[in-house]
Amino acid sequence: MKIKMERASVVFNTIGYILITFLAVLCLLPFLLILTGSFTAESEIIRDGFKIIPNEWSLEAYKAIFRSPEQIVKAYQVTIGLTLTGVVLGLFLTSMAGYVLSRKDFKYRNAISFFIYFTMLFSGGLIPWYILMVKYLGLKDSFLALLLPPLLSAFNVILMKNFMKSIPDSITESAKIDGAGDFAIYWKLILPLSTPGLATIGLFLALGYWNDWFLANLYINTQDKYPLQFLLYRTLASAAVLNTSAAANLSPDFRPPSETLKMAAAIIVTGPIVFLYPFVQRYFVKGLTLGAVKG
Amino acid sequence: MSGIFRELRKNSVLFAMIVPTLVYFIVFAYIPMVGVYYAFTRFSYEGGLFGSEFVGFKNFEFLINSGVLWNITKNTILYNLAFILIGNVLQVTCAIFLSEVPGKWFKKTAQSAMFLPYFLSYVLVGAFVFNLFSSNGVINTILAQLDLPPYDFYLNTEPWKYIIVFFGIWKGLGIGVVIYLAAIMNISDEYHEAAKIDGANIFQRVKYITLPLLVPTFILLILLALGGILRGQFELFYQIVGNNGMLFESTDIIDTYVYRSLAVNFDIGMGTAAGLYQSFFGFILVVTVNYIIKKIRDDYSLF
Repeated sequence: MKIKMERASVVFNTIGYILITFLAVLCLLPFLLILTGSFTAESEIIRDGFKIIPNEWSLEAYKAIFRSPEQIVKAYQVTIGLTLTGVVLGLFLTSMAGYVLSRKDFKYRNAISFFIYFTMLFSGGLIPWYILMVKYLGLKDSFLALLLPPLLSAFNVILMKNFMKSIPDSITESAKIDGAGDFAIYWKLILPLSTPGLATIGLFLALGYWNDWFLANLYINTQDKYPLQFLLYRTLASAAVLNTSAAANLSPDFRPPSETLKMAAAIIVTGPIVFLYPFVQRYFVKGLTLGAVKG
Repeated sequence: MSGIFRELRKNSVLFAMIVPTLVYFIVFAYIPMVGVYYAFTRFSYEGGLFGSEFVGFKNFEFLINSGVLWNITKNTILYNLAFILIGNVLQVTCAIFLSEVPGKWFKKTAQSAMFLPYFLSYVLVGAFVFNLFSSNGVINTILAQLDLPPYDFYLNTEPWKYIIVFFGIWKGLGIGVVIYLAAIMNISDEYHEAAKIDGANIFQRVKYITLPLLVPTFILLILLALGGILRGQFELFYQIVGNNGMLFESTDIIDTYVYRSLAVNFDIGMGTAAGLYQSFFGFILVVTVNYIIKKIRDDYSLF
């Protein structure tokens, strides 16, 4: 039937392809720049600076990192440990709270929901929270300072509650008649039915833990406890200091971390996210549309 | 009171299941709210919450009289307006084109590319900025190849506004496109089919069908964003600007000011005051916005 496309459609599609391609490339470009930067020979950067496509390719930066990888390995262990613990514990607490708040026969569900929701509207701010963590809870330089703050969020609890509301009440009711306890109903019946919601919130949590540098920046002093992103931040920041004239006072045999090394560190730290990205993207899409529609 | 105890006994397991979460929010969200009292004190670490000297509204007076509060408020609002307006327009445009152009593979790939920045940490944004704008960054390499003099980004305040806005929009583009695409998918195909039969071309269909039907979503998202207009994106600003004092006048937002009060200047009272100001007016804004949304579309209100 369609012998030739309307002229308007041709114009529309052309504009569309050009605009979308342009923006998509713009979104990828910084990442590609870091990638090519990490494979550039250090001498070329000192001579000409970073380029989009280098003339001399080199693996030197990666070799340098893998020659003494202890620090990155350590940071990987910290981040993976935190992410796993945080996701499992966070999902457990969030889903339990979400289930209780979704139970229509639980009398105080609205009051408690608001109690939790209110923390999204008003907060004491960064500083009172920091003083509580350091002075009153003694969490300075503790892994708990990295684990606890992202563990539960009002947004996740409400999202989980709305998700569980969509599971029919009859499941809980019939199990109760059969004599099942509340926790058993949650653990054996509700959790398996909630896997899409758990996957989405689990990914939100995982991303939060994996990408965190801010908490480490506030609370962590010991280098052995640095998570990945904070280690990268310190690697990048050490250059900012060395670029200033104050660096001239350092001892002459002190070798600053090289430019390409920073780029290679960025790639090594980000690698897993980019690698896993195609597999987890759709859960995020689902979660976002789930969260956008308020229940 | 007896009602609570009866309820407690009846649903003791359910209570036990939610107690950890309640304790968590009491400790990490409600107890810090008591700490806003620091805003009215000259803080001393030994004194802590109740031992520090009470100074009334002195901290707020200083923030207002020094012009700091005005500057960080103005910056926070203007940057957020730029993120919200440019961001949303770009997201709607992308979503419309993505929903209409043919080619499944192209759409999937483009959407994945646009969504990627959302997954990357802000530290990586710092790495991009270093790669692009440092003295031997990509921009200066290109300038040298064109025989143009090098440009020292760290001595000029002007470009940073645009760099921040660019990366702010860059980070959020993918999410916005996903949300608008979902809204477009909800538009019934029948409208488009009927318009096609009547001879409407694609521009007319977008103008008279898609856009008008997206207006409620657009307004809702803008309103929600306006409710949070006093909340700054700390990580974005801090990774791009850091503690570079030269750039503060045009890049300092409430969140970076509060952070510096804590980590650089150790001015607890002043920082808490700025944070309380942000929370208080932010709260009023959200409640107002929610009231407006309730008036327009009750089912979309937050509470």
